[in-house]
Amino acid sequence: MSRALTFLAALTLALPLFNAAAAGEAAKPAIVIANPGTQCIAPPEEMRRDHMEMLKHQRNRTMRLGERGAKVSLNACVDCHASKTTGSVLSGKQSNPDGFCEACHAFAAVKLDCWDCHQPKAGYKAAEATPAPEGSKP
Amino acid sequence: MNAPDNKRRALLATAGVGAAGLVVAPGIRLIEAATAADAPKTTLASSKVRWGMLVDTTKCKSDCNACVTACNKENSIVEEVADPRQRSQWVRKIDLVEQRTGKQHSLPMMCQHCTNPPCVDVCPTGASFKRADGLVLVDRHICIGCRYCMMACPYKARSFVHEPLTTQNPEMPRGVGCVESCTFCVQRIDRGLQPACTEACPEGAMLFGDLNDDNSAIAKRLKEVASTQVRAELKLDTGVRYQGI
Repeated sequence: MSRALTFLAALTLALPLFNAAAAGEAAKPAIVIANPGTQCIAPPEEMRRDHMEMLKHQRNRTMRLGERGAKVSLNACVDCHASKTTGSVLSGKQSNPDGFCEACHAFAAVKLDCWDCHQPKAGYKAAEATPAPEGSKP
Repeated sequence: MNAPDNKRRALLATAGVGAAGLVVAPGIRLIEAATAADAPKTTLASSKVRWGMLVDTTKCKSDCNACVTACNKENSIVEEVADPRQRSQWVRKIDLVEQRTGKQHSLPMMCQHCTNPPCVDVCPTGASFKRADGLVLVDRHICIGCRYCMMACPYKARSFVHEPLTTQNPEMPRGVGCVESCTFCVQRIDRGLQPACTEACPEGAMLFGDLNDDNSAIAKRLKEVASTQVRAELKLDTGVRYQGI
């Protein structure tokens, strides 16, 4: 069901003639390209429709088989698509979120749980985090 | 009647190919389509390798916590939790005392990366799994946080993340509602590096390597010295061995 919804949403975004300003409809998401002029791993139409499938296939190969250096990489998405102002693919805003990932996901009402575990900030260094308090020893 | 149908099919087929490249059927893609063709060179974990670790407890100092600190830094286990008992702990220091003599040993205890891991046996979703090279890992995408594996582990090696996190290392995703444990720093060994704890140990008490490779330092050492598997009677064939206990 959510796959079908995602597909419909992607289709909606891909149709330039669709009039989103019609009464009672949500405004189309404003997609900000952080690095204009660069080439993604596939054309935008394909990415919009299939990025979740690409990531799902690759996550299993990376996790289960230990495949490293593959073309599809969530960290590579973040490195290129993180906003120049916030440094993240999430804006952290409750209303009208405009981060690269969440703008469309909010519009399509598709829950985005990648970032519960994955780091949404580009170039985030673990060492920058505050050091662990002492007393980890039982 | 037939002609318009065929035209429509041809149009749909062209549109499909144009939009999504190699399409098996609308909405269905070969896995290869996403990864093949001018894909960068990739590496896979091999079953010829069996990662293991030998800890020399005679060198391990009771007041030293370097391996724990290094682990927390590498895997970004830095979150503040309301209840310290809920803090994730991938490696911990343990002091053993021989009651008759008072002789003390100190050692790091972590996931032992068993050949026959009980955590994998009990996992109801298949999230707990063993990689080809012997690493016992958790697939957080399908972990439901039931914590059966924590109950099953004889080494108390696993932790449950109770609160949302924001400070993950991009290479080591961690998140609320999932069980986690030592991965031998899988993100490092896949790059040819040592686990963070092994690299950080100031006494050189931890030796990491391929147990299957007769020429590796750890395999040679295991042939020379007496080593112990903790709770060997469980016949789990642990990847982590201890020397001197």
